[in-house]
Amino acid sequence: MNQSDFPMLKKDIIYFDNAATTLKPKQVLDKMNDYYENYSANAHRGDYDISFKTDQEYELAREKVRKFINAREVEEIIFTSGTTESLNMVANGFFKKYLEENDEILITMSEHASNVLPWFHLQNTNGCLVKFIPLDANHYVTLENVKKAVTPRTKLIALAGITNVLGDERPIKEITEFAHAHNIFVVMDGAQSVPHKKTDVCDLDVDFLAFSGHKMCGPTGIGVLYGKKQLLEELDPINMGGGMNESFDDPQNLYFKDLPHRLEAGTPNIAGAIGLGQAIDYLQSIGMDKINEYEKSLRKYAIDKLIKIPYLDILNIEADGAIISFNVNDIFSQDVAYYLNKYNICVRAGNHCAKILKNEVGIKNSLRISFYFYNTKSEIDDFIELIKNKEKMKVEMI
Amino acid sequence: MDEDTRREIILDHYNNPIHKKVPNNKEEYEFVNTNNSSCIDNLDIYIKIKDNIIKDIYFDGEACAISTSSCSIMIHNLIGKTIKEAKEYINNFQNMLDELPYNEEVLNEALAYNNIYKQNNRKHCAYLPYEGILKILNNYQS
Repeated sequence: MNQSDFPMLKKDIIYFDNAATTLKPKQVLDKMNDYYENYSANAHRGDYDISFKTDQEYELAREKVRKFINAREVEEIIFTSGTTESLNMVANGFFKKYLEENDEILITMSEHASNVLPWFHLQNTNGCLVKFIPLDANHYVTLENVKKAVTPRTKLIALAGITNVLGDERPIKEITEFAHAHNIFVVMDGAQSVPHKKTDVCDLDVDFLAFSGHKMCGPTGIGVLYGKKQLLEELDPINMGGGMNESFDDPQNLYFKDLPHRLEAGTPNIAGAIGLGQAIDYLQSIGMDKINEYEKSLRKYAIDKLIKIPYLDILNIEADGAIISFNVNDIFSQDVAYYLNKYNICVRAGNHCAKILKNEVGIKNSLRISFYFYNTKSEIDDFIELIKNKEKMKVEMI
Repeated sequence: MDEDTRREIILDHYNNPIHKKVPNNKEEYEFVNTNNSSCIDNLDIYIKIKDNIIKDIYFDGEACAISTSSCSIMIHNLIGKTIKEAKEYINNFQNMLDELPYNEEVLNEALAYNNIYKQNNRKHCAYLPYEGILKILNNYQS
């Protein structure tokens, strides 16, 4: 759906790498250009008309994010550079001082590097311990396994809503309910879930949520950290500088601004935030439920065809997210990707930033195709035709 | 070299690479890992040098058809060469990839990559094994 809105799709490509980044509709590009061409000024000034307009648009974008994830207050929305920065802010600004030696953080083997390394780093710096929730036979997280992994020292559970290689959706709401009953915080990496389905932070009740703009039709370099207000109040700013201070005279007398600006030092990514706001409008004009339903139908359509090809090893026949990971027997995943590239089909080969997943699934590299609402069944047909022909693949992979 | 010959050489070395295993007496070999940060090629190379002459090379790891075949051909071409000859050979190979003047004669089967410059994203795959082995050759003290 909506293919004509995407300038990139006029370039005769089939883009199946949406878990890495998504294409941008003209509406988002126009909105960003409008800022640069018609009211390009810094935010938080307001001494002249265009600066006032900039400030209004920037804060309007924040309000759009708030509504989009159903946060209670606009102060709970912090603009960051993306999921990675958001998770690092939570790890270093909040949990670093909150966790004590031997306190336990629970993650899984199928997390993206951005939801592994900040916690590994924290273990190295303050002596807390990163532990793994065992995954079931399908490599899914179950509430039962979370319960088994929790100990009296567990203080934090950090999980992706949907994972980026296997595309499985976690029961975040149930996990959070259990976690909170045991005084455990929950951090949700929403990079792969927020763009594809309705996210309601009040309903999920997670303590922090991180996601990126560029995976949901927005620009690169903008993302969001949501946190419950009383927790964000406790989150120490990592960056000090302009825009976040109230006053300062000497090192003993530093006064910082209130949320959210306290956590947004420096000139923010204004065009990015405004672009993200427009992307949210765009997604909502289609409807998140409709997007989710359509992606599921695309996935089913592709899976039904892929499982008939005998030499494929599919890692995730069942999954909620619009991600399919697989290998072609006897052909290195990257060679398959190069072969598809010859036909302008963009897919990803590799470990997809989930470097510890190999210990879980026993497979180091795979091909990953990931859909968004602008993909079509006819694109899937073209892709299947190429994948179906192994002899052709062997000849044309080099 | 025509397209079919190129393909035949590359696929032959990919499907049946020479010396693709960890050598038996690996303590007698110098070791280097070479990997491509922009993709997933990852090769371990083992090289035995004596009296300034490359006596033996093995490799292991996971890599695409271009990297694997290029490594196999490199091994075939480098064994028996002096360090100086090896560096000259590598220089020639690199010049070919960079579309600079080079000596065709010494490269033999490695000429299969003489039009790889047309696929920019695969150029590094072909050069990856050379990058690894140069690290050892450049550090070698006779």
